[in-house]
Amino acid sequence: MVGSTQDSRRRHDAIIVGAGHNGLVAACYLARAGLDVLVLERNAYIGGAAVSRKLYKDFTYSNCSYVCSLLRPEIMRTLELPRYGLQIIPYEGGCTMMRNGGHLALYDNHDALRREIARHSARDAEAYDRYARDVMRQCRFIKPLLMREPPDPTSFKPRDLGELLYLARRFHGMGEERMYDTLRFWTMSCADFLDEYFESAIVKAHFAGSSIIGTALGPRSPGTAYVLLHHYMGDIDNTVGAWGFARGGMGAITAALAASFQASSGSIRSAADVREILVRHGRTVGVALADGEEIHAPIVISNLDVRRTFLKTMRAEHLPDEFLRQVRNFKIRGSSGKLNIALDGMPDFPAIPAGSPTIRGDLHVTDTIEMMERAYDDWKEGRWSRAPYIDMLIPSQIDPTLVPHGKHYMSVFVQYCPYRLADGEWTAQKRAAFGATVIDTIAAHSPNFKDLILHAEIRTPWDIENEVGLTEGNIFQGELTLDQLLFNRPIPGYAQYRSPVRGVYMCGSSTHPGGGVMGAPGANAARAVLRDLRKAH
Amino acid sequence: MTTAVSTDARYDCIVIGGGHNGLVCAAYLARSGRSVLVLEAAARVGGAAVTREFAPGYQVSSCAHLLHLMPQAMIKELDLGAHGFKLANAAMPTTALSLGGAPLALGVGDSGDLTGASRADTLAYPAYTARLRRLARALHPIITGVPPRLGTDAWSDRLALLRMGWRIRRLGRADMRELLRIVGMNVYDLLEEHFDTPLLKGALGFDAVLGTNFGPRTPGTVLALLYRLAAHEGSSILAQPLGGLGALSDALATSAIAAGATIRTGAQVRRISLQEDRVQGVVLQSGQAIAAPVVISSCDPKTTFLGLLGSNQLDTGFVRRVSHLRSRGLAAKLHLALDARPTFTGLAAEALAGRLLIAPSLEAIERAYNHAKYGEFSAEPIFEITVPSVSDPTLAPPGKHVLSAIIQYAPYALAAGWDRQQQHFTDLAVDVLERYAPGLRASISCAELLTPLDIERQFRITGGHWHHVDLAFDQFFMVRPVPGAAQYETPVAGLYLCGAGCHPGGGVMGAAGRNAAQQVLKSGAR
Repeated sequence: MVGSTQDSRRRHDAIIVGAGHNGLVAACYLARAGLDVLVLERNAYIGGAAVSRKLYKDFTYSNCSYVCSLLRPEIMRTLELPRYGLQIIPYEGGCTMMRNGGHLALYDNHDALRREIARHSARDAEAYDRYARDVMRQCRFIKPLLMREPPDPTSFKPRDLGELLYLARRFHGMGEERMYDTLRFWTMSCADFLDEYFESAIVKAHFAGSSIIGTALGPRSPGTAYVLLHHYMGDIDNTVGAWGFARGGMGAITAALAASFQASSGSIRSAADVREILVRHGRTVGVALADGEEIHAPIVISNLDVRRTFLKTMRAEHLPDEFLRQVRNFKIRGSSGKLNIALDGMPDFPAIPAGSPTIRGDLHVTDTIEMMERAYDDWKEGRWSRAPYIDMLIPSQIDPTLVPHGKHYMSVFVQYCPYRLADGEWTAQKRAAFGATVIDTIAAHSPNFKDLILHAEIRTPWDIENEVGLTEGNIFQGELTLDQLLFNRPIPGYAQYRSPVRGVYMCGSSTHPGGGVMGAPGANAARAVLRDLRKAH
Repeated sequence: MTTAVSTDARYDCIVIGGGHNGLVCAAYLARSGRSVLVLEAAARVGGAAVTREFAPGYQVSSCAHLLHLMPQAMIKELDLGAHGFKLANAAMPTTALSLGGAPLALGVGDSGDLTGASRADTLAYPAYTARLRRLARALHPIITGVPPRLGTDAWSDRLALLRMGWRIRRLGRADMRELLRIVGMNVYDLLEEHFDTPLLKGALGFDAVLGTNFGPRTPGTVLALLYRLAAHEGSSILAQPLGGLGALSDALATSAIAAGATIRTGAQVRRISLQEDRVQGVVLQSGQAIAAPVVISSCDPKTTFLGLLGSNQLDTGFVRRVSHLRSRGLAAKLHLALDARPTFTGLAAEALAGRLLIAPSLEAIERAYNHAKYGEFSAEPIFEITVPSVSDPTLAPPGKHVLSAIIQYAPYALAAGWDRQQQHFTDLAVDVLERYAPGLRASISCAELLTPLDIERQFRITGGHWHHVDLAFDQFFMVRPVPGAAQYETPVAGLYLCGAGCHPGGGVMGAAGRNAAQQVLKSGAR
């Protein structure tokens, strides 16, 4: 209370609630446009789910998000992130280890990958060229849409009609056959899509993996094929580092964003828990913190997910009933867990040939689509997967700054893990049992793994929610299904970053284009704010 | 390349397959003055809409057993009433059975009175069904018409797309937004938003997965539900023809013949013959060649293109698309000859004349579905049951009864093999029925199970799938069955499709047959 009286009731041009990467991106753009921006963060540290935490001795964990996969190059350039310390180290490839001791390695180089696929199936190697070409074509179509505000298809406003026309022209420009291919691509299941190209189980399983990350879907669910785009999006940019590690962990991204922001005279207050976004006479006047302090601004942009924003941080009386009903129906179910493990040395993986560079990439152990689908079935029943899909990385191999000499840090992302268990709430015991399932899964492919474990942080969706503020621990701030994408995201009619209340905006992954450490929602939201300001003048 | 043997009579059009779509197509073409020959391989017409004697004195609709999608307009246009078509029951109620309590009565269609749900659900039900009805009605012309093509310069296509868009826009903002939101959703999530009674959700979700390769949590199930409602202008009223579905097919055949069509049964087509890339006619298994410049196949797309035509007559891209079509039947059919009227616990007597569902909850349906993904049949399957003899005593000897049930999920490609598992599954199904209707087992005098493999063999449908091709987004509407053959025409001049493998799909509707006839007439081919 003491130090804040001089700040209380101080007026800013804009307040951003939550210092996650999207909030910081939005903050940067607004500060650069000359606005006086204040970012408020509940935790003592900033970054949201893009953080580096020292949770065990001198080991730095990227304890939530773990790869810099999709950060828009335009954002990196405009906000001068490399100048503020961000260094992306590309990593090459990865590997799926098979239960029979074999493996399928992934290489960035198209020909090397083709040869590797040929090892399993000559026919699949031939098909791979066609597959890559077809997926890239979809990437090219999608890419410009990421940084554009979705149109409202029910509106006759010139802006919306114009945007619909733009989309229609782009779509039409593909030619008839390609248009049908695109429609199919967006509605197919990943498993069916892969079946159209490949015959070997391991090839399909390896490619399918990325289609289920963070979802409440299985590889056989329609609508999972388009997620395969993610792996190829980086290629499109022709940017080295579009798919890599941030040196110093994921926190380096948000640290660079914060530095860029502060260099534009932005201010950040951490340990400032926003209790309520204040609304008077139909528009926002600022926020109130948990301790009662009020900070005023005519614009408040929430980086929190839609449920948190409208159900926990605003009073129901200020929002339309129908809107609130739709917010409650917005699906934001947690399905992912995470383990962060400090290792006393490098584990052996006999399935991976000695000296192969793929050990520095993402490692998997799910070798059939059936195994992945059964893992999903477990989640539907309110259990963690008995044979989970894991996405393992040991970034300390490339970034030694993360760990003491000779030691390693392993990040393990897990599908599936429910937010709520069928047999009751999460307890310390159940969390440990979940961790044991994951560790056993890895140990089956690495005989010395368990002996090397110095520390393991086990995170269920419940833990993620409590620490990071992501509702139900859903990493995308809302599922990426057709009914929650584009003009439906997060709520039909409210897909353009503006809320029903004047001055209140949304900039988190709950908005288009969704989650992943992309920054596009934040940039798009900032643009919407600036456009509205220009219109008002 | 091949030269046909000397031909018999020459026809304007040959329809391969005397299933209901083939018959509808033939009837419309004949009424427009074309000379039409329908060739059916089986001894009688009907395809999967047939009535058979499965036990001495007991008749059953062998596949489809309810009528609810065929529009009244078509029944009138083809004068089916005058050709012997009559309903034994014109408005069948649906009841969801329960082991743990009273069954849930859903009434007739979707505007019926709901009895047995929670108070909140009973209050929410009318608004839910009314909205779905509005959305489905807007989709009706899309579901029943010829799909437009994308990217063409043809004004008819552009106009069709604009009309589609306008029809949706006319729903008004709230409904339009809701349609755009839910069309890609799964029915589990949709029902969770509106209701809390598990049995109600199970019953409503059941209709979204019946006949599909989906579970309630599969995205696309809301579209399947809307499809079912849209075919009938917004709500589907279940009816039972007198004499079973075979009587409907017979009436269609009689109507077609009265209009001038010729129907030959026991005449299996071996191949479609071409000359200089144009259709020339067909050759039967007997070797006889019949000439016609237009051939319309109601067989499933794989049979048509890969079986009857041959992949060497098509370009490789098209062949690849067709061979990738997913046609995996998941429904089995159980027929029981019963010595006595079955008594389902807690069921009102008049409800036995309607449709009974065993689908205790969405979770139960999803669990049943999970097995099918791995080539297993469900340990606790779900059922759509009718006892048609209650409304139609002609189907069984006096005092005896027939039970007809569609059971899901029974995958076509059963990992353990149907030949060895058939009896086991039959016993399992009867066990479940016995739980809901004590004493049923003892009254069974004969049981017949048709697995998707049987359906494939007996009705000549690849995969034993009554939609011919899975009803999934990427095999729907403008890309059904494959792009380039989605408007009933095919890349081969003179060859058309008119079966369930076309838009809008399967179910005894007749829209595919009628639309195909329309396309043939439009092209002016003689």
